[in-house]
Amino acid sequence: MAKVIGGLLTSHVPAIGGAIQRGAQDEPYWKPFFDAWPRVREWLATARPDVVVMFYNDHGLNFFLDKLPTFAVGAADHYTNADEGWGLHPFPIPRGHAALSWAVIEKLVEREFDVTTCQSMLVDHAASIPLNLAWPGQDAAPVQIVPIAINTVQHPLPSAKRCLALGRAVSEALTEWPGEERILIMGTGGLSHQLDGERAGFMNPDYDKFCMDNLGPDPEALTRHSVHEIVELSGTQGVEILNWIAARGAMGNSVSEMARTYHIPISNTAAAVMLYETVVAGAAEQTHQATAFA
Amino acid sequence: MNGQIPGTHLFNGQAAMKGYALNAMCFSFNEAANREAFLRDEAAYLDKFGLTTAQRQAVAQRNVLAMIAAGGNIYYLAKLAGIFGLNVQDVGAQQTGTTVEAFKQMLLDQAATPAAREAAHG
Repeated sequence: MAKVIGGLLTSHVPAIGGAIQRGAQDEPYWKPFFDAWPRVREWLATARPDVVVMFYNDHGLNFFLDKLPTFAVGAADHYTNADEGWGLHPFPIPRGHAALSWAVIEKLVEREFDVTTCQSMLVDHAASIPLNLAWPGQDAAPVQIVPIAINTVQHPLPSAKRCLALGRAVSEALTEWPGEERILIMGTGGLSHQLDGERAGFMNPDYDKFCMDNLGPDPEALTRHSVHEIVELSGTQGVEILNWIAARGAMGNSVSEMARTYHIPISNTAAAVMLYETVVAGAAEQTHQATAFA
Repeated sequence: MNGQIPGTHLFNGQAAMKGYALNAMCFSFNEAANREAFLRDEAAYLDKFGLTTAQRQAVAQRNVLAMIAAGGNIYYLAKLAGIFGLNVQDVGAQQTGTTVEAFKQMLLDQAATPAAREAAHG
Protein backbone atom coordinates (compact mmCIF):
# COMPACT_ATOMS: atom_id res chain seq x y z
CA MET A 1 0.00 0.00 0.00
CA ALA A 2 1.06 3.56 -0.63
CA LYS A 3 2.44 5.44 2.33
CA VAL A 4 2.42 9.15 3.10
CA ILE A 5 5.85 9.75 4.63
CA GLY A 6 5.61 13.42 5.55
CA GLY A 7 5.26 16.99 4.44
CA LEU A 8 7.53 19.76 3.28
CA LEU A 9 6.35 23.38 3.35
CA THR A 10 8.29 26.29 1.92
CA SER A 11 8.08 29.83 0.65
CA HIS A 12 8.17 30.05 -3.15
CA VAL A 13 9.28 33.67 -3.75
CA PRO A 14 10.40 34.04 -7.41
CA ALA A 15 13.60 35.74 -6.26
CA ILE A 16 14.65 32.39 -4.74
CA GLY A 17 14.64 30.99 -8.28
CA GLY A 18 16.77 33.93 -9.40
CA ALA A 19 19.23 33.27 -6.57
CA ILE A 20 19.46 29.59 -7.59
CA GLN A 21 20.04 30.51 -11.23
CA ARG A 22 22.73 33.07 -10.32
CA GLY A 23 24.39 30.70 -7.87
CA ALA A 24 23.86 33.23 -5.05
CA GLN A 25 22.98 30.70 -2.33
CA ASP A 26 26.01 31.53 -0.19
CA GLU A 27 25.67 35.31 -0.35
CA PRO A 28 24.91 36.82 3.08
CA TYR A 29 21.41 37.88 2.00
CA TRP A 30 20.47 34.37 0.87
CA LYS A 31 22.45 32.05 3.12
CA PRO A 32 20.03 32.01 6.09
CA PHE A 33 17.26 30.74 3.80
CA PHE A 34 19.33 28.23 1.84
CA ASP A 35 20.85 26.91 5.08
CA ALA A 36 17.46 25.34 5.76
CA TRP A 37 17.88 22.89 2.92
CA PRO A 38 20.81 20.50 3.67
CA ARG A 39 18.84 19.13 6.64
CA VAL A 40 15.73 18.70 4.46
CA ARG A 41 17.70 16.99 1.68
CA GLU A 42 19.31 14.65 4.19
CA TRP A 43 15.86 13.59 5.36
CA LEU A 44 14.67 13.19 1.76
CA ALA A 45 17.66 10.97 0.96
CA THR A 46 16.57 8.61 3.73
CA ALA A 47 12.81 8.96 3.23
CA ARG A 48 13.06 8.37 -0.56
CA PRO A 49 9.69 9.66 -1.75
CA ASP A 50 8.51 8.41 -5.15
CA VAL A 51 5.65 10.88 -5.48
CA VAL A 52 5.04 14.50 -4.50
CA VAL A 53 1.50 15.78 -4.04
CA MET A 54 1.96 19.53 -4.42
CA PHE A 55 -0.44 22.16 -3.08
CA TYR A 56 0.37 25.56 -4.56
CA ASN A 57 -1.24 28.57 -6.21
CA ASP A 58 -0.86 29.71 -9.81
CA HIS A 59 0.20 33.35 -10.28
CA GLY A 60 -1.12 33.91 -13.79
CA LEU A 61 0.89 31.40 -15.80
CA ASN A 62 -1.64 28.64 -16.47
CA PHE A 63 -4.84 30.27 -15.24
CA PHE A 64 -6.08 33.69 -16.26
CA LEU A 65 -9.14 35.44 -14.86
CA ASP A 66 -11.26 34.22 -17.79
CA LYS A 67 -11.52 30.77 -16.16
CA LEU A 68 -10.23 30.58 -12.63
CA PRO A 69 -10.90 27.38 -10.69
CA THR A 70 -11.03 27.40 -6.89
CA PHE A 71 -9.43 23.94 -6.75
CA ALA A 72 -7.71 22.45 -9.81
CA VAL A 73 -6.07 19.03 -9.93
CA GLY A 74 -3.49 18.20 -12.59
CA ALA A 75 -4.27 14.91 -14.29
CA ALA A 76 -1.37 14.57 -16.69
CA ASP A 77 1.79 12.53 -17.14
CA HIS A 78 3.71 15.61 -18.31
CA TYR A 79 3.84 19.17 -16.99
CA THR A 80 6.05 22.08 -17.91
CA ASN A 81 7.11 25.38 -16.41
CA ALA A 82 7.34 28.42 -18.73
CA ASP A 83 8.30 32.08 -19.00
CA GLU A 84 6.25 34.02 -16.44
CA GLY A 85 7.18 37.42 -17.80
CA TRP A 86 10.04 38.56 -15.61
CA GLY A 87 13.03 36.70 -16.88
CA LEU A 88 13.29 33.60 -14.70
CA HIS A 89 14.42 30.63 -16.81
CA PRO A 90 11.94 27.75 -16.67
CA PHE A 91 12.90 24.95 -14.29
CA PRO A 92 12.57 21.27 -15.26
CA ILE A 93 9.38 19.68 -13.92
CA PRO A 94 9.14 16.01 -12.91
CA ARG A 95 6.81 13.58 -14.64
CA GLY A 96 3.19 13.53 -13.59
CA HIS A 97 1.41 10.59 -11.99
CA ALA A 98 -1.87 10.72 -13.87
CA ALA A 99 -3.25 7.49 -12.45
CA LEU A 100 -2.84 8.73 -8.88
CA SER A 101 -4.25 12.12 -9.92
CA TRP A 102 -7.42 10.43 -11.07
CA ALA A 103 -7.69 8.48 -7.82
CA VAL A 104 -7.39 11.80 -5.96
CA ILE A 105 -10.02 13.37 -8.23
CA GLU A 106 -12.40 10.43 -7.71
CA LYS A 107 -12.09 10.76 -3.94
CA LEU A 108 -12.40 14.54 -3.93
CA VAL A 109 -15.59 14.54 -5.95
CA GLU A 110 -16.95 11.70 -3.80
CA ARG A 111 -16.26 13.97 -0.81
CA GLU A 112 -18.15 16.78 -2.59
CA PHE A 113 -15.15 18.84 -3.69
CA ASP A 114 -16.18 19.57 -7.27
CA VAL A 115 -12.71 20.17 -8.64
CA THR A 116 -11.50 21.23 -12.06
CA THR A 117 -9.43 18.54 -13.76
CA CYS A 118 -6.51 19.57 -15.98
CA GLN A 119 -4.97 17.20 -18.52
CA SER A 120 -2.83 20.05 -19.79
CA MET A 121 -1.40 22.46 -17.25
CA LEU A 122 1.63 24.70 -16.95
CA VAL A 123 2.97 24.78 -13.40
CA ASP A 124 4.57 28.02 -12.23
CA HIS A 125 7.34 29.03 -9.84
CA ALA A 126 5.21 28.09 -6.85
CA ALA A 127 5.76 24.43 -7.77
CA SER A 128 9.03 24.56 -9.71
CA ILE A 129 11.15 26.44 -7.16
CA PRO A 130 10.21 24.27 -4.15
CA LEU A 131 10.97 21.10 -6.16
CA ASN A 132 14.33 22.52 -7.18
CA LEU A 133 15.11 23.52 -3.59
CA ALA A 134 14.39 19.98 -2.44
CA TRP A 135 16.27 18.33 -5.33
CA PRO A 136 18.73 20.93 -6.65
CA GLY A 137 20.45 20.71 -10.01
CA GLN A 138 19.73 20.78 -13.70
CA ASP A 139 17.56 17.66 -13.76
CA ALA A 140 13.95 17.34 -12.76
CA ALA A 141 13.33 15.98 -9.26
CA PRO A 142 13.37 12.15 -9.20
CA VAL A 143 9.69 11.89 -8.30
CA GLN A 144 6.31 11.91 -9.99
CA ILE A 145 3.96 14.75 -9.14
CA VAL A 146 0.28 15.39 -8.56
CA PRO A 147 -0.18 19.18 -8.64
CA ILE A 148 -3.18 20.73 -6.87
CA ALA A 149 -3.70 24.46 -7.43
CA ILE A 150 -5.73 26.53 -4.97
CA ASN A 151 -7.07 29.96 -5.91
CA THR A 152 -5.38 32.53 -3.67
CA VAL A 153 -5.59 35.28 -6.29
CA GLN A 154 -9.18 36.34 -6.83
CA HIS A 155 -11.58 36.66 -3.90
CA PRO A 156 -13.71 34.92 -2.77
CA LEU A 157 -11.03 32.40 -1.79
CA PRO A 158 -11.87 29.05 -0.21
CA SER A 159 -11.88 29.15 3.59
CA ALA A 160 -9.02 27.74 5.65
CA LYS A 161 -11.46 25.15 7.01
CA ARG A 162 -12.35 24.08 3.47
CA CYS A 163 -8.68 23.84 2.49
CA LEU A 164 -7.92 21.63 5.50
CA ALA A 165 -10.87 19.41 4.58
CA LEU A 166 -9.63 19.25 0.98
CA GLY A 167 -6.25 18.08 2.21
CA ARG A 168 -7.86 15.45 4.42
CA ALA A 169 -9.88 14.12 1.49
CA VAL A 170 -6.63 13.88 -0.50
CA SER A 171 -5.14 11.98 2.44
CA GLU A 172 -7.97 9.46 2.21
CA ALA A 173 -7.29 8.94 -1.49
CA LEU A 174 -3.58 8.43 -0.86
CA THR A 175 -4.19 6.02 2.01
CA GLU A 176 -6.48 3.93 -0.18
CA TRP A 177 -4.22 3.98 -3.25
CA PRO A 178 -3.11 0.36 -3.82
CA GLY A 179 0.36 1.22 -5.21
CA GLU A 180 3.59 0.90 -3.24
CA GLU A 181 4.67 4.52 -3.68
CA ARG A 182 6.17 6.56 -0.86
CA ILE A 183 4.39 9.91 -0.99
CA LEU A 184 5.62 13.31 0.15
CA ILE A 185 3.15 16.17 0.57
CA MET A 186 4.36 19.64 -0.34
CA GLY A 187 2.70 22.99 0.30
CA THR A 188 4.16 26.27 -0.87
CA GLY A 189 3.89 30.03 -0.45
CA GLY A 190 3.87 32.48 2.41
CA LEU A 191 4.51 33.25 5.04
CA SER A 192 3.33 36.78 5.78
CA HIS A 193 3.84 39.25 2.95
CA GLN A 194 2.03 41.93 1.02
CA LEU A 195 3.10 43.18 -2.40
CA ASP A 196 0.29 45.60 -3.18
CA GLY A 197 -1.23 48.74 -1.73
CA GLU A 198 -0.01 51.32 0.73
CA ARG A 199 0.64 48.50 3.24
CA ALA A 200 3.18 46.85 0.86
CA GLY A 201 6.06 45.38 2.81
CA PHE A 202 3.84 44.27 5.70
CA MET A 203 4.96 41.14 7.57
CA ASN A 204 3.71 39.66 10.82
CA PRO A 205 6.08 37.33 12.67
CA ASP A 206 3.58 36.90 15.54
CA TYR A 207 1.01 35.38 13.20
CA ASP A 208 3.68 33.39 11.34
CA LYS A 209 4.86 31.89 14.62
CA PHE A 210 1.27 31.06 15.53
CA CYS A 211 0.96 29.21 12.20
CA MET A 212 4.27 27.36 12.54
CA ASP A 213 3.56 26.38 16.17
CA ASN A 214 0.04 25.12 15.53
CA LEU A 215 0.00 23.69 12.03
CA GLY A 216 1.51 20.36 13.09
CA PRO A 217 -0.28 19.59 16.38
CA ASP A 218 -3.49 21.57 15.88
CA PRO A 219 -4.23 22.65 12.30
CA GLU A 220 -7.80 23.54 13.32
CA ALA A 221 -6.35 26.54 15.13
CA LEU A 222 -5.52 28.06 11.75
CA THR A 223 -9.05 27.52 10.47
CA ARG A 224 -10.68 29.77 13.06
CA HIS A 225 -9.71 32.84 11.07
CA SER A 226 -11.76 33.90 8.08
CA VAL A 227 -9.94 34.63 4.83
CA HIS A 228 -10.47 38.33 5.54
CA GLU A 229 -8.85 37.94 8.95
CA ILE A 230 -5.95 35.99 7.45
CA VAL A 231 -5.36 38.80 4.93
CA GLU A 232 -5.37 41.31 7.78
CA LEU A 233 -2.97 39.20 9.88
CA SER A 234 -0.74 37.91 7.11
CA GLY A 235 -0.96 40.29 4.14
CA THR A 236 -2.71 40.03 0.80
CA GLN A 237 -0.25 37.37 -0.38
CA GLY A 238 0.30 35.85 3.06
CA VAL A 239 -3.06 34.22 2.41
CA GLU A 240 -1.01 31.59 0.54
CA ILE A 241 -0.95 29.92 3.98
CA LEU A 242 -4.08 28.21 2.58
CA ASN A 243 -1.72 25.99 0.55
CA TRP A 244 0.11 25.01 3.75
CA ILE A 245 -3.16 24.27 5.53
CA ALA A 246 -4.37 22.01 2.70
CA ALA A 247 -0.99 20.27 2.63
CA ARG A 248 -1.18 19.70 6.40
CA GLY A 249 -4.53 17.99 5.93
CA ALA A 250 -2.98 15.61 3.42
CA MET A 251 -0.08 14.65 5.71
CA GLY A 252 -2.20 12.48 8.00
CA ASN A 253 -3.57 12.75 11.50
CA SER A 254 -0.40 13.00 13.47
CA VAL A 255 2.90 14.52 12.38
CA SER A 256 6.22 15.15 14.00
CA GLU A 257 8.13 18.38 13.26
CA MET A 258 11.58 17.56 11.91
CA ALA A 259 12.91 20.98 10.88
CA ARG A 260 11.91 24.63 10.91
CA THR A 261 13.55 27.74 9.45
CA TYR A 262 12.11 31.24 9.60
CA HIS A 263 13.90 34.19 8.07
CA ILE A 264 13.04 37.83 7.34
CA PRO A 265 13.23 39.01 4.62
CA ILE A 266 13.41 37.21 1.30
CA SER A 267 12.33 39.87 -1.16
CA ASN A 268 9.18 41.31 0.54
CA THR A 269 8.43 38.06 2.34
CA ALA A 270 8.86 36.43 5.72
CA ALA A 271 10.28 33.16 4.46
CA ALA A 272 9.86 29.79 6.12
CA VAL A 273 10.65 26.15 5.56
CA MET A 274 9.07 23.37 7.62
CA LEU A 275 9.50 19.61 7.44
CA TYR A 276 7.17 17.09 9.05
CA GLU A 277 7.27 13.33 9.27
CA THR A 278 3.94 11.53 9.28
CA VAL A 279 3.45 9.53 12.48
CA VAL A 280 -0.12 8.33 12.04
CA ALA A 281 -1.72 8.33 8.62
CA GLY A 282 -5.47 8.53 8.03
CA ALA A 283 -7.70 11.52 7.86
CA ALA A 284 -10.30 11.18 10.60
CA GLU A 285 -11.49 14.33 12.33
CA GLN A 286 -9.61 15.23 15.45
CA THR A 287 -10.79 17.17 18.44
CA HIS A 288 -8.70 19.90 19.89
CA GLN A 289 -8.60 22.31 22.76
CA ALA A 290 -6.32 25.00 21.44
CA THR A 291 -6.23 28.64 22.21
CA ALA A 292 -7.11 30.84 19.31
CA PHE A 293 -4.53 33.34 18.13
CA ALA A 294 -5.09 36.60 19.92
CA MET B 1 -13.86 41.69 11.12
CA ASN B 2 -15.02 42.42 7.59
CA GLY B 3 -14.15 46.08 7.43
CA GLN B 4 -11.58 47.73 5.24
CA ILE B 5 -7.99 46.69 5.99
CA PRO B 6 -5.83 49.84 5.86
CA GLY B 7 -3.60 50.12 2.81
CA THR B 8 -5.03 46.91 1.39
CA HIS B 9 -7.17 46.36 -1.72
CA LEU B 10 -8.80 42.94 -1.93
CA PHE B 11 -8.90 41.69 -5.49
CA ASN B 12 -12.53 40.58 -5.61
CA GLY B 13 -15.12 40.07 -8.33
CA GLN B 14 -15.74 43.79 -8.69
CA ALA B 15 -12.02 44.52 -9.16
CA ALA B 16 -11.64 41.51 -11.46
CA MET B 17 -14.39 42.82 -13.75
CA LYS B 18 -13.08 46.37 -13.68
CA GLY B 19 -9.51 45.29 -14.29
CA TYR B 20 -10.10 42.64 -16.92
CA ALA B 21 -8.52 44.44 -19.91
CA LEU B 22 -5.48 45.61 -17.95
CA ASN B 23 -4.88 42.18 -16.42
CA ALA B 24 -5.42 40.49 -19.81
CA MET B 25 -2.72 42.70 -21.30
CA CYS B 26 -0.37 41.86 -18.43
CA PHE B 27 -1.13 38.13 -18.81
CA SER B 28 0.00 38.40 -22.44
CA PHE B 29 3.45 39.46 -21.18
CA ASN B 30 4.19 35.85 -20.28
CA GLU B 31 5.42 35.70 -23.91
CA ALA B 32 8.62 37.51 -24.78
CA ALA B 33 7.30 38.47 -28.23
CA ASN B 34 4.43 40.35 -26.59
CA ARG B 35 6.77 42.18 -24.23
CA GLU B 36 8.76 43.28 -27.25
CA ALA B 37 5.61 44.39 -29.08
CA PHE B 38 4.61 46.51 -26.07
CA LEU B 39 8.03 48.16 -25.99
CA ARG B 40 7.94 48.80 -29.75
CA ASP B 41 4.56 50.56 -29.73
CA GLU B 42 2.97 50.95 -26.32
CA ALA B 43 -0.12 52.87 -27.47
CA ALA B 44 -0.97 50.32 -30.13
CA TYR B 45 -0.51 47.50 -27.65
CA LEU B 46 -2.90 49.15 -25.16
CA ASP B 47 -5.45 49.61 -27.97
CA LYS B 48 -5.29 45.93 -28.80
CA PHE B 49 -6.50 45.05 -25.29
CA GLY B 50 -9.05 47.85 -25.04
CA LEU B 51 -7.78 49.40 -21.82
CA THR B 52 -10.04 51.97 -20.14
CA THR B 53 -8.98 55.61 -19.91
CA ALA B 54 -8.08 55.21 -16.24
CA GLN B 55 -6.02 52.12 -17.02
CA ARG B 56 -4.23 53.85 -19.91
CA GLN B 57 -3.37 56.82 -17.70
CA ALA B 58 -2.13 54.59 -14.91
CA VAL B 59 0.09 52.66 -17.32
CA ALA B 60 1.36 55.86 -18.98
CA GLN B 61 2.27 57.24 -15.54
CA ARG B 62 3.72 53.88 -14.39
CA ASN B 63 1.56 54.42 -11.30
CA VAL B 64 0.95 51.12 -9.53
CA LEU B 65 -1.63 52.39 -7.03
CA ALA B 66 -3.61 53.87 -9.91
CA MET B 67 -3.38 50.55 -11.76
CA ILE B 68 -4.73 48.77 -8.67
CA ALA B 69 -7.53 51.36 -8.39
CA ALA B 70 -8.33 50.55 -12.02
CA GLY B 71 -8.66 46.84 -11.21
CA GLY B 72 -5.10 45.66 -11.71
CA ASN B 73 -4.02 42.55 -9.82
CA ILE B 74 -0.48 42.70 -8.45
CA TYR B 75 0.49 39.25 -9.79
CA TYR B 76 -0.35 40.46 -13.30
CA LEU B 77 1.04 43.95 -12.77
CA ALA B 78 4.35 42.34 -11.76
CA LYS B 79 4.68 41.11 -15.34
CA LEU B 80 4.31 44.70 -16.60
CA ALA B 81 6.76 45.98 -13.99
CA GLY B 82 9.21 43.30 -15.15
CA ILE B 83 9.28 44.86 -18.62
CA PHE B 84 10.69 48.02 -17.06
CA GLY B 85 13.14 46.02 -14.96
CA LEU B 86 11.27 46.81 -11.76
CA ASN B 87 11.02 44.23 -8.98
CA VAL B 88 8.65 44.04 -6.01
CA GLN B 89 10.86 46.31 -3.90
CA ASP B 90 10.70 48.99 -6.59
CA VAL B 91 6.94 48.56 -6.75
CA GLY B 92 6.67 48.56 -2.95
CA ALA B 93 8.68 51.76 -2.65
CA GLN B 94 6.48 53.50 -5.18
CA GLN B 95 3.26 52.44 -3.46
CA THR B 96 4.48 53.46 -0.01
CA GLY B 97 5.92 56.76 -1.20
CA THR B 98 9.48 56.10 -0.21
CA THR B 99 12.80 55.39 -1.88
CA VAL B 100 13.77 51.88 -2.91
CA GLU B 101 16.67 52.00 -0.45
CA ALA B 102 14.35 53.02 2.38
CA PHE B 103 11.83 50.34 1.45
CA LYS B 104 14.51 47.65 1.42
CA GLN B 105 15.78 48.89 4.78
CA MET B 106 12.23 48.73 6.16
CA LEU B 107 12.07 45.07 5.09
CA LEU B 108 15.45 44.31 6.67
CA ASP B 109 14.53 46.15 9.87
CA GLN B 110 11.57 43.83 10.42
CA ALA B 111 14.05 41.03 11.12
CA ALA B 112 15.21 42.89 14.23
CA THR B 113 11.90 43.10 16.09
CA PRO B 114 11.41 40.91 19.19
CA ALA B 115 8.54 39.09 17.44
CA ALA B 116 10.73 38.28 14.43
CA ARG B 117 13.52 37.04 16.68
CA GLU B 118 11.14 34.85 18.60
CA ALA B 119 9.64 33.42 15.40
CA ALA B 120 13.11 32.71 14.02
CA HIS B 121 14.32 30.94 17.14
CA GLY B 122 11.25 28.97 18.07
